Amino acid sequence: MRQINSIEEYQKYVNTKTPNSPIIKNCFNAFWVGGLICAIGQIIFEFCKLRGIDETNSYIIVSMLLIFLSAFLTGLNVFNKIGKFAGAGSLVPITGFANSIVSPAMEYKSEGYVMGVGAKMFTVAGPVLIYGISSSILIGLIYIIFNTQNLILV
Amino acid sequence: MIIIKKVGKQSYILSNPITIKESASIVGPKEKNGPLHQFFDKCLEDEFWGEKSWEKAESKIIKETVNMVISKSGIANADIDFCFAGDLLNQCIASSFGLRETNIPFIGLFGACSTFVESLIVASSFIDGDFAKNTVCAASSHFCSAEKQFRFPLELGNQRPQSSQWTVTGSGAVILTKDGTGPYITSFTPGKIVDMGIKDVNNMGAAMAGAAEDTIISHFKDTGRSPNYYDAIFTGDLGYIGKDILIDLTESKGYNIKSNYNDCGVLIFDKENQDTHSGGSGCGCIASVFSGYIYKMLQEKKYKKILLIATGALMNSTSSQQGESIPGIAHAISVEL
Repeated sequence: MRQINSIEEYQKYVNTKTPNSPIIKNCFNAFWVGGLICAIGQIIFEFCKLRGIDETNSYIIVSMLLIFLSAFLTGLNVFNKIGKFAGAGSLVPITGFANSIVSPAMEYKSEGYVMGVGAKMFTVAGPVLIYGISSSILIGLIYIIFNTQNLILV
Repeated sequence: MIIIKKVGKQSYILSNPITIKESASIVGPKEKNGPLHQFFDKCLEDEFWGEKSWEKAESKIIKETVNMVISKSGIANADIDFCFAGDLLNQCIASSFGLRETNIPFIGLFGACSTFVESLIVASSFIDGDFAKNTVCAASSHFCSAEKQFRFPLELGNQRPQSSQWTVTGSGAVILTKDGTGPYITSFTPGKIVDMGIKDVNNMGAAMAGAAEDTIISHFKDTGRSPNYYDAIFTGDLGYIGKDILIDLTESKGYNIKSNYNDCGVLIFDKENQDTHSGGSGCGCIASVFSGYIYKMLQEKKYKKILLIATGALMNSTSSQQGESIPGIAHAISVEL
Protein backbone atom coordinates (compact mmCIF):
# COMPACT_ATOMS: atom_id res chain seq x y z
CA MET A 1 0.00 0.00 0.00
CA ARG A 2 1.20 3.51 -0.75
CA GLN A 3 1.48 6.11 1.99
CA ILE A 4 -1.49 8.22 3.02
CA ASN A 5 -0.77 11.92 3.16
CA SER A 6 -4.03 13.74 3.80
CA ILE A 7 -7.21 13.45 5.84
CA GLU A 8 -9.30 13.14 2.68
CA GLU A 9 -7.11 10.33 1.39
CA TYR A 10 -7.39 8.52 4.72
CA GLN A 11 -11.18 8.94 4.82
CA LYS A 12 -11.42 7.51 1.29
CA TYR A 13 -9.20 4.60 2.25
CA VAL A 14 -11.23 3.96 5.44
CA ASN A 15 -14.44 3.91 3.40
CA THR A 16 -13.03 1.12 1.25
CA LYS A 17 -12.13 -0.83 4.41
CA THR A 18 -15.48 -0.37 6.17
CA PRO A 19 -18.10 -2.97 5.29
CA ASN A 20 -21.55 -1.65 4.34
CA SER A 21 -24.69 -2.74 6.12
CA PRO A 22 -26.47 -5.56 4.26
CA ILE A 23 -28.92 -3.15 2.60
CA ILE A 24 -30.98 -5.63 0.56
CA LYS A 25 -31.48 -7.95 3.54
CA ASN A 26 -32.30 -5.01 5.83
CA CYS A 27 -34.78 -3.55 3.33
CA PHE A 28 -36.48 -6.89 2.87
CA ASN A 29 -36.85 -7.44 6.63
CA ALA A 30 -38.00 -3.87 7.17
CA PHE A 31 -40.58 -4.30 4.39
CA TRP A 32 -42.25 -7.42 5.68
CA VAL A 33 -42.09 -6.62 9.42
CA GLY A 34 -43.33 -3.07 8.78
CA GLY A 35 -46.08 -4.52 6.62
CA LEU A 36 -46.97 -7.03 9.30
CA ILE A 37 -47.29 -4.30 11.96
CA CYS A 38 -49.55 -2.30 9.62
CA ALA A 39 -51.59 -5.44 8.93
CA ILE A 40 -52.04 -6.00 12.68
CA GLY A 41 -53.23 -2.41 12.94
CA GLN A 42 -55.69 -2.96 10.10
CA ILE A 43 -57.01 -6.15 11.74
CA ILE A 44 -57.60 -4.30 15.01
CA PHE A 45 -59.33 -1.53 13.05
CA GLU A 46 -61.64 -3.90 11.18
CA PHE A 47 -62.42 -5.74 14.41
CA CYS A 48 -63.39 -2.48 16.13
CA LYS A 49 -65.65 -1.50 13.22
CA LEU A 50 -67.23 -4.93 13.36
CA ARG A 51 -68.06 -4.30 16.99
CA GLY A 52 -69.87 -1.12 16.01
CA ILE A 53 -67.23 1.44 17.04
CA ASP A 54 -67.08 4.46 14.72
CA GLU A 55 -64.10 5.12 12.46
CA THR A 56 -62.42 7.90 14.50
CA ASN A 57 -62.56 5.91 17.71
CA SER A 58 -61.34 2.78 15.94
CA TYR A 59 -58.21 4.64 14.77
CA ILE A 60 -57.57 5.77 18.34
CA ILE A 61 -57.93 2.20 19.60
CA VAL A 62 -55.47 0.96 16.94
CA SER A 63 -52.86 3.52 18.07
CA MET A 64 -53.42 2.74 21.74
CA LEU A 65 -53.07 -1.00 21.28
CA LEU A 66 -49.96 -0.76 19.09
CA ILE A 67 -48.33 1.69 21.52
CA PHE A 68 -49.16 -0.61 24.42
CA LEU A 69 -47.84 -3.66 22.61
CA SER A 70 -44.58 -1.93 21.69
CA ALA A 71 -44.08 -0.51 25.20
CA PHE A 72 -44.83 -3.90 26.73
CA LEU A 73 -42.38 -5.71 24.43
CA THR A 74 -39.75 -3.02 25.16
CA GLY A 75 -40.12 -3.76 28.87
CA LEU A 76 -39.71 -7.47 28.21
CA ASN A 77 -36.41 -6.91 26.36
CA VAL A 78 -38.00 -8.18 23.14
CA PHE A 79 -38.57 -5.02 21.08
CA ASN A 80 -34.85 -4.23 20.74
CA LYS A 81 -34.41 -7.65 19.14
CA ILE A 82 -37.27 -7.00 16.72
CA GLY A 83 -35.77 -3.57 16.00
CA LYS A 84 -32.34 -5.01 15.36
CA PHE A 85 -33.85 -7.45 12.89
CA ALA A 86 -36.39 -5.18 11.19
CA GLY A 87 -34.75 -1.73 11.47
CA ALA A 88 -37.03 0.90 9.98
CA GLY A 89 -39.80 -1.70 9.69
CA SER A 90 -40.51 -1.52 13.41
CA LEU A 91 -39.09 1.99 13.92
CA VAL A 92 -41.21 3.99 11.49
CA PRO A 93 -44.69 2.85 12.60
CA ILE A 94 -46.07 4.12 15.91
CA THR A 95 -44.40 1.12 17.60
CA GLY A 96 -40.97 2.72 17.10
CA PHE A 97 -42.18 5.95 18.64
CA ALA A 98 -43.43 4.13 21.75
CA ASN A 99 -40.14 2.23 22.00
CA SER A 100 -38.13 5.45 21.74
CA ILE A 101 -39.95 6.85 24.80
CA VAL A 102 -40.07 3.72 26.94
CA SER A 103 -36.44 2.70 26.42
CA PRO A 104 -34.87 5.90 27.87
CA ALA A 105 -37.45 5.86 30.66
CA MET A 106 -36.21 2.40 31.63
CA GLU A 107 -32.56 3.30 31.12
CA TYR A 108 -32.60 6.41 33.31
CA LYS A 109 -34.78 5.08 36.12
CA SER A 110 -31.59 4.72 38.18
CA GLU A 111 -31.28 8.54 38.24
CA GLY A 112 -34.72 8.90 39.87
CA TYR A 113 -38.19 9.78 38.63
CA VAL A 114 -37.61 13.52 38.13
CA MET A 115 -34.09 13.96 36.73
CA GLY A 116 -33.98 10.45 35.34
CA VAL A 117 -37.24 9.19 33.90
CA GLY A 118 -38.91 12.62 33.62
CA ALA A 119 -36.02 14.56 32.16
CA LYS A 120 -34.56 11.88 29.91
CA MET A 121 -37.74 10.22 28.60
CA PHE A 122 -37.80 12.31 25.41
CA THR A 123 -34.09 12.28 24.59
CA VAL A 124 -34.71 10.09 21.54
CA ALA A 125 -38.30 11.06 20.67
CA GLY A 126 -37.85 14.79 21.48
CA PRO A 127 -36.45 15.82 18.09
CA VAL A 128 -39.24 13.91 16.30
CA LEU A 129 -41.85 15.76 18.35
CA ILE A 130 -40.24 19.19 17.96
CA TYR A 131 -39.77 18.99 14.21
CA GLY A 132 -42.96 17.02 13.63
CA ILE A 133 -45.09 19.61 15.40
CA SER A 134 -43.11 22.55 13.96
CA SER A 135 -43.51 21.32 10.40
CA SER A 136 -47.24 20.68 10.89
CA ILE A 137 -47.64 24.27 12.12
CA LEU A 138 -45.73 25.51 9.08
CA ILE A 139 -47.86 23.46 6.69
CA GLY A 140 -51.01 24.61 8.54
CA LEU A 141 -49.96 28.22 7.99
CA ILE A 142 -49.40 27.61 4.28
CA TYR A 143 -52.82 26.00 4.10
CA ILE A 144 -54.50 28.99 5.77
CA ILE A 145 -52.75 31.46 3.45
CA PHE A 146 -53.59 29.66 0.21
CA ASN A 147 -57.07 28.34 1.07
CA THR A 148 -58.78 31.46 2.41
CA GLN A 149 -62.07 30.78 0.64
CA ASN A 150 -62.53 27.44 2.42
CA LEU A 151 -61.53 28.77 5.81
CA ILE A 152 -64.23 28.63 8.43
CA LEU A 153 -63.67 31.14 11.18
CA VAL A 154 -64.93 29.91 14.49
CA MET B 1 24.87 9.46 38.60
CA ILE B 2 21.95 10.07 36.34
CA ILE B 3 21.12 7.24 34.01
CA ILE B 4 19.33 8.35 30.87
CA LYS B 5 16.55 5.89 30.21
CA LYS B 6 15.22 7.55 27.12
CA VAL B 7 16.11 6.04 23.78
CA GLY B 8 15.32 7.73 20.50
CA LYS B 9 12.43 10.15 20.35
CA GLN B 10 9.92 8.81 22.84
CA SER B 11 10.85 5.37 24.13
CA TYR B 12 12.24 4.37 27.50
CA ILE B 13 14.23 1.34 28.58
CA LEU B 14 13.80 0.52 32.25
CA SER B 15 17.09 0.17 34.12
CA ASN B 16 15.57 -2.47 36.40
CA PRO B 17 12.93 -4.53 34.62
CA ILE B 18 9.66 -4.47 36.58
CA THR B 19 7.97 -7.78 37.34
CA ILE B 20 4.29 -8.34 36.66
CA LYS B 21 3.76 -10.51 39.71
CA GLU B 22 0.13 -11.43 39.42
CA SER B 23 -2.97 -10.75 37.35
CA ALA B 24 -6.71 -11.09 37.78
CA SER B 25 -9.68 -10.59 35.50
CA ILE B 26 -13.45 -10.57 35.83
CA VAL B 27 -15.68 -10.37 32.77
CA GLY B 28 -19.37 -10.26 31.92
CA PRO B 29 -21.76 -12.82 30.46
CA LYS B 30 -21.09 -12.03 26.79
CA GLU B 31 -17.35 -12.45 27.29
CA LYS B 32 -18.15 -15.73 29.04
CA ASN B 33 -19.57 -17.00 25.75
CA GLY B 34 -16.53 -15.74 23.84
CA PRO B 35 -13.51 -17.78 22.76
CA LEU B 36 -11.28 -16.69 25.69
CA HIS B 37 -13.67 -17.61 28.52
CA GLN B 38 -11.45 -20.26 30.09
CA PHE B 39 -8.66 -17.75 30.72
CA PHE B 40 -10.64 -15.34 32.88
CA ASP B 41 -10.69 -15.75 36.65
CA LYS B 42 -14.38 -15.11 36.95
CA CYS B 43 -17.25 -14.75 34.48
CA LEU B 44 -20.47 -13.07 35.61
CA GLU B 45 -23.90 -14.49 34.91
CA ASP B 46 -25.59 -11.13 34.43
CA GLU B 47 -24.64 -7.49 33.88
CA PHE B 48 -25.94 -6.21 37.22
CA TRP B 49 -24.08 -8.59 39.55
CA GLY B 50 -26.64 -7.96 42.26
CA GLU B 51 -26.30 -4.16 42.04
CA LYS B 52 -28.99 -1.58 41.32
CA SER B 53 -27.30 0.20 38.45
CA TRP B 54 -24.74 -0.60 35.76
CA GLU B 55 -22.42 2.02 37.19
CA LYS B 56 -22.49 0.27 40.56
CA ALA B 57 -21.96 -3.05 38.83
CA GLU B 58 -18.88 -1.71 37.04
CA SER B 59 -17.51 -0.37 40.33
CA LYS B 60 -18.02 -3.76 41.89
CA ILE B 61 -16.25 -5.46 38.99
CA ILE B 62 -13.11 -3.32 39.31
CA LYS B 63 -13.21 -3.55 43.13
CA GLU B 64 -13.44 -7.32 43.13
CA THR B 65 -10.76 -7.62 40.45
CA VAL B 66 -8.34 -5.50 42.48
CA ASN B 67 -9.16 -7.44 45.66
CA MET B 68 -8.63 -10.67 43.78
CA VAL B 69 -5.24 -9.70 42.36
CA ILE B 70 -4.04 -8.53 45.76
CA SER B 71 -5.09 -11.73 47.50
CA LYS B 72 -3.64 -13.88 44.70
CA SER B 73 -0.30 -12.08 44.97
CA GLY B 74 0.00 -12.71 48.71
CA ILE B 75 1.19 -9.14 49.25
CA ALA B 76 -0.42 -7.40 52.23
CA ASN B 77 -2.63 -4.42 51.44
CA ALA B 78 -0.34 -2.20 53.52
CA ASP B 79 2.64 -3.10 51.35
CA ILE B 80 1.05 -1.81 48.17
CA ASP B 81 2.18 1.74 47.63
CA PHE B 82 -0.06 2.93 44.82
CA CYS B 83 -3.12 1.99 42.90
CA PHE B 84 -3.27 3.29 39.33
CA ALA B 85 -6.66 2.83 37.73
CA GLY B 86 -9.16 4.32 35.36
CA ASP B 87 -12.30 3.70 33.33
CA LEU B 88 -14.65 5.37 30.86
CA LEU B 89 -17.43 6.73 33.06
CA ASN B 90 -17.65 10.49 33.61
CA GLN B 91 -14.81 11.55 35.94
CA CYS B 92 -13.76 7.88 36.20
CA ILE B 93 -16.34 7.02 38.85
CA ALA B 94 -16.18 3.27 38.35
CA SER B 95 -12.61 3.10 39.63
CA SER B 96 -12.83 5.85 42.26
CA PHE B 97 -16.10 4.52 43.71
CA GLY B 98 -15.01 0.92 43.42
CA LEU B 99 -11.63 1.50 45.03
CA ARG B 100 -12.59 3.99 47.76
CA GLU B 101 -12.39 1.33 50.45
CA THR B 102 -9.04 -0.17 49.46
CA ASN B 103 -6.97 2.17 51.67
CA ILE B 104 -4.22 2.35 49.06
CA PRO B 105 -3.05 5.73 47.70
CA PHE B 106 -4.97 6.10 44.48
CA ILE B 107 -3.91 7.80 41.28
CA GLY B 108 -6.78 7.94 38.82
CA LEU B 109 -5.84 7.87 35.16
CA PHE B 110 -7.69 8.54 31.97
CA GLY B 111 -6.51 7.55 28.54
CA ALA B 112 -9.85 6.34 27.21
CA CYS B 113 -9.39 2.71 26.19
CA SER B 114 -5.60 3.05 26.50
CA THR B 115 -5.88 3.49 30.29
CA PHE B 116 -4.60 0.02 31.18
CA VAL B 117 -1.26 0.37 29.43
CA GLU B 118 -1.08 3.99 30.56
CA SER B 119 -1.34 2.74 34.14
CA LEU B 120 1.40 0.16 33.51
CA ILE B 121 3.68 2.88 32.12
CA VAL B 122 3.10 5.23 35.05
CA ALA B 123 3.41 2.45 37.62
CA SER B 124 6.63 1.04 36.18
CA SER B 125 8.12 4.56 36.09
CA PHE B 126 7.21 5.01 39.75
CA ILE B 127 8.82 1.70 40.64
CA ASP B 128 11.88 2.23 38.47
CA GLY B 129 12.31 5.66 40.02
CA ASP B 130 12.17 4.16 43.53
CA PHE B 131 8.95 5.89 44.45
CA ALA B 132 7.18 2.59 44.98
CA LYS B 133 7.88 -1.08 45.51
CA ASN B 134 4.54 -2.70 44.79
CA THR B 135 1.71 -1.17 42.81
CA VAL B 136 -1.60 -2.37 41.51
CA CYS B 137 -2.82 -1.31 38.04
CA ALA B 138 -6.38 -1.76 36.87
CA ALA B 139 -8.94 -0.64 34.30
CA SER B 140 -12.56 -1.46 33.66
CA SER B 141 -15.45 -0.93 31.28
CA HIS B 142 -19.06 -2.06 31.15
CA PHE B 143 -21.12 -2.49 27.99
CA CYS B 144 -24.34 -1.12 29.49
CA SER B 145 -22.86 1.90 31.26
CA ALA B 146 -20.84 2.78 28.16
CA GLU B 147 -23.85 2.49 25.86
CA LYS B 148 -25.82 4.70 28.23
CA GLN B 149 -23.13 7.35 28.30
CA PHE B 150 -22.06 7.34 24.66
CA ARG B 151 -24.88 5.91 22.58
CA PHE B 152 -28.55 4.96 22.91
CA PRO B 153 -30.67 3.28 25.60
CA LEU B 154 -30.18 -0.48 25.51
CA GLU B 155 -33.82 -1.27 24.85
CA LEU B 156 -34.03 1.03 21.82
CA GLY B 157 -34.81 -1.02 18.73
CA ASN B 158 -32.10 0.31 16.41
CA GLN B 159 -29.49 -1.32 14.20
CA ARG B 160 -25.76 -1.04 14.83
CA PRO B 161 -23.50 -0.17 11.88
CA GLN B 162 -21.06 -2.84 10.71
CA SER B 163 -18.08 -0.75 11.86
CA SER B 164 -19.37 -0.37 15.43
CA GLN B 165 -17.69 -2.19 18.28
CA TRP B 166 -18.97 -3.88 21.40
CA THR B 167 -17.74 -2.47 24.71
CA VAL B 168 -16.31 -5.24 26.85
CA THR B 169 -17.88 -5.74 30.27
CA GLY B 170 -14.93 -6.56 32.43
CA SER B 171 -11.88 -5.52 34.31
CA GLY B 172 -8.28 -6.58 34.50
CA ALA B 173 -5.76 -5.86 37.23
CA VAL B 174 -2.08 -6.63 37.70
CA ILE B 175 0.45 -6.24 40.50
CA LEU B 176 3.79 -4.73 39.53
CA THR B 177 6.71 -5.24 41.82
CA LYS B 178 10.36 -4.24 41.98
CA ASP B 179 11.91 -7.60 42.77
CA GLY B 180 10.60 -10.61 41.01
CA THR B 181 11.20 -13.25 38.46
CA GLY B 182 9.17 -11.88 35.59
CA PRO B 183 7.43 -11.56 33.25
CA TYR B 184 9.20 -8.22 33.05
CA ILE B 185 8.15 -4.88 31.70
CA THR B 186 11.34 -3.88 29.92
CA SER B 187 10.51 -0.80 27.90
CA PHE B 188 7.67 1.50 26.97
CA THR B 189 6.72 4.04 24.36
CA PRO B 190 4.09 6.58 25.39
CA GLY B 191 2.09 7.74 22.40
CA LYS B 192 1.35 11.14 20.92
CA ILE B 193 -2.18 12.33 20.22
CA VAL B 194 -2.85 11.62 16.55
CA ASP B 195 -5.96 12.91 14.81
CA MET B 196 -6.73 11.21 11.51
CA GLY B 197 -9.78 13.43 10.91
CA ILE B 198 -12.32 10.63 11.38
CA LYS B 199 -15.65 11.95 12.67
CA ASP B 200 -17.67 8.75 12.62
CA VAL B 201 -18.17 7.65 16.25
CA ASN B 202 -19.17 4.25 14.96
CA ASN B 203 -15.76 3.70 13.45
CA MET B 204 -13.35 3.99 16.37
CA GLY B 205 -10.95 1.47 14.87
CA ALA B 206 -10.26 3.77 11.93
CA ALA B 207 -9.95 6.79 14.24
CA MET B 208 -7.37 5.10 16.49
CA ALA B 209 -5.36 3.15 13.89
CA GLY B 210 -3.26 6.23 13.06
CA ALA B 211 -2.18 6.65 16.68
CA ALA B 212 -1.35 2.96 16.92
CA GLU B 213 0.76 3.19 13.76
CA ASP B 214 2.60 6.26 15.07
CA THR B 215 3.42 4.60 18.41
CA ILE B 216 4.38 1.21 16.98
CA ILE B 217 6.73 2.71 14.40
CA SER B 218 8.25 5.09 16.96
CA HIS B 219 8.85 2.08 19.20
CA PHE B 220 10.62 0.15 16.46
CA LYS B 221 12.71 3.15 15.36
CA ASP B 222 13.65 4.19 18.92
CA THR B 223 14.61 0.75 20.15
CA GLY B 224 16.09 -0.47 16.88
CA ARG B 225 13.84 -3.52 17.06
CA SER B 226 11.88 -5.00 14.19
CA PRO B 227 8.41 -6.58 14.34
CA ASN B 228 9.87 -10.11 14.45
CA TYR B 229 11.78 -9.27 17.65
CA TYR B 230 8.44 -9.98 19.35
CA ASP B 231 6.62 -13.31 19.49
CA ALA B 232 3.37 -11.44 19.43
CA ILE B 233 2.14 -7.87 19.08
CA PHE B 234 -1.27 -7.01 20.54
CA THR B 235 -3.29 -3.85 20.14
CA GLY B 236 -6.09 -3.02 22.55
CA ASP B 237 -9.35 -2.47 20.73
CA LEU B 238 -8.85 -1.56 17.09
CA GLY B 239 -11.30 -4.27 16.11
CA TYR B 240 -11.41 -5.93 12.72
CA ILE B 241 -11.41 -2.73 10.69
CA GLY B 242 -8.72 -0.99 12.74
CA LYS B 243 -6.56 -4.10 12.70
CA ASP B 244 -6.71 -4.27 8.93
CA ILE B 245 -5.92 -0.58 8.64
CA LEU B 246 -2.97 -0.83 11.05
CA ILE B 247 -1.47 -3.70 9.04
CA ASP B 248 -1.75 -1.59 5.88
CA LEU B 249 -0.42 1.60 7.49
CA THR B 250 2.64 -0.06 9.02
CA GLU B 251 3.31 -1.89 5.77
CA SER B 252 3.28 1.41 3.88
CA LYS B 253 6.05 2.59 6.24
CA GLY B 254 8.10 -0.54 5.64
CA TYR B 255 7.21 -2.66 8.67
CA ASN B 256 5.42 -5.95 8.21
CA ILE B 257 3.51 -7.00 11.34
CA LYS B 258 1.03 -9.27 9.62
CA SER B 259 2.36 -12.60 10.86
CA ASN B 260 2.56 -11.99 14.61
CA TYR B 261 0.00 -9.25 15.22
CA ASN B 262 -3.49 -9.51 16.68
CA ASP B 263 -6.01 -7.30 18.42
CA CYS B 264 -7.60 -7.96 21.83
CA GLY B 265 -10.96 -6.72 20.52
CA VAL B 266 -10.76 -9.31 17.76
CA LEU B 267 -9.74 -12.10 20.16
CA ILE B 268 -12.34 -11.63 22.90
CA PHE B 269 -15.52 -12.20 20.87
CA ASP B 270 -16.64 -14.62 18.22
CA LYS B 271 -17.65 -12.22 15.46
CA GLU B 272 -19.91 -14.61 13.60
CA ASN B 273 -21.88 -16.08 16.51
CA GLN B 274 -21.88 -13.15 18.92
CA ASP B 275 -22.88 -10.42 16.49
CA THR B 276 -20.29 -7.98 17.75
CA HIS B 277 -19.60 -6.51 14.30
CA SER B 278 -16.09 -5.02 14.35
CA GLY B 279 -15.08 -6.61 17.68
CA GLY B 280 -14.64 -5.60 21.31
CA SER B 281 -13.61 -2.25 22.74
CA GLY B 282 -13.31 -0.38 26.03
CA CYS B 283 -10.74 -0.11 28.83
CA GLY B 284 -11.74 -3.55 30.02
CA CYS B 285 -10.90 -5.13 26.66
CA ILE B 286 -7.11 -5.07 26.74
CA ALA B 287 -7.14 -5.14 30.57
CA SER B 288 -9.05 -8.41 30.78
CA VAL B 289 -7.44 -10.00 27.72
CA PHE B 290 -3.96 -9.19 29.00
CA SER B 291 -4.70 -10.19 32.62
CA GLY B 292 -6.51 -13.29 31.50
CA TYR B 293 -5.20 -14.68 28.25
CA ILE B 294 -1.86 -13.00 27.46
CA TYR B 295 -0.46 -13.17 31.00
CA LYS B 296 -1.15 -16.90 31.16
CA MET B 297 0.50 -17.39 27.77
CA LEU B 298 3.58 -15.62 29.16
CA GLN B 299 3.55 -17.81 32.29
CA GLU B 300 3.33 -20.92 30.15
CA LYS B 301 6.20 -19.51 28.07
CA LYS B 302 4.14 -19.72 24.87
CA TYR B 303 5.14 -16.10 24.32
CA LYS B 304 8.50 -14.86 25.48
CA LYS B 305 8.47 -11.33 24.13
CA ILE B 306 5.36 -9.34 23.49
CA LEU B 307 4.50 -5.78 22.59
CA LEU B 308 1.27 -4.46 24.03
CA ILE B 309 -0.27 -1.36 22.46
CA ALA B 310 -3.44 0.02 24.02
CA THR B 311 -5.42 2.42 21.86
CA GLY B 312 -7.85 5.10 22.99
CA ALA B 313 -10.30 7.45 21.30
CA LEU B 314 -10.14 10.80 23.10
CA MET B 315 -13.66 12.07 22.55
CA ASN B 316 -16.94 12.40 24.40
CA SER B 317 -20.53 12.62 23.27
CA THR B 318 -20.50 16.45 23.33
CA SER B 319 -17.45 16.72 21.08
CA SER B 320 -18.89 14.30 18.56
CA GLN B 321 -22.26 16.11 18.54
CA GLN B 322 -20.38 19.33 17.86
CA GLY B 323 -18.88 17.71 14.79
CA GLU B 324 -15.32 17.42 16.09
CA SER B 325 -13.02 14.73 14.74
CA ILE B 326 -11.80 11.95 17.02
CA PRO B 327 -8.19 12.20 18.23
CA GLY B 328 -6.58 8.87 18.99
CA ILE B 329 -3.82 7.81 21.36
CA ALA B 330 -1.79 4.63 21.72
CA HIS B 331 0.67 3.61 24.41
CA ALA B 332 3.06 0.68 23.98
CA ILE B 333 4.79 -1.47 26.53
CA SER B 334 7.06 -4.46 25.99
CA VAL B 335 6.82 -7.48 28.27
CA GLU B 336 9.56 -10.10 28.18
CA LEU B 337 10.44 -13.22 30.14
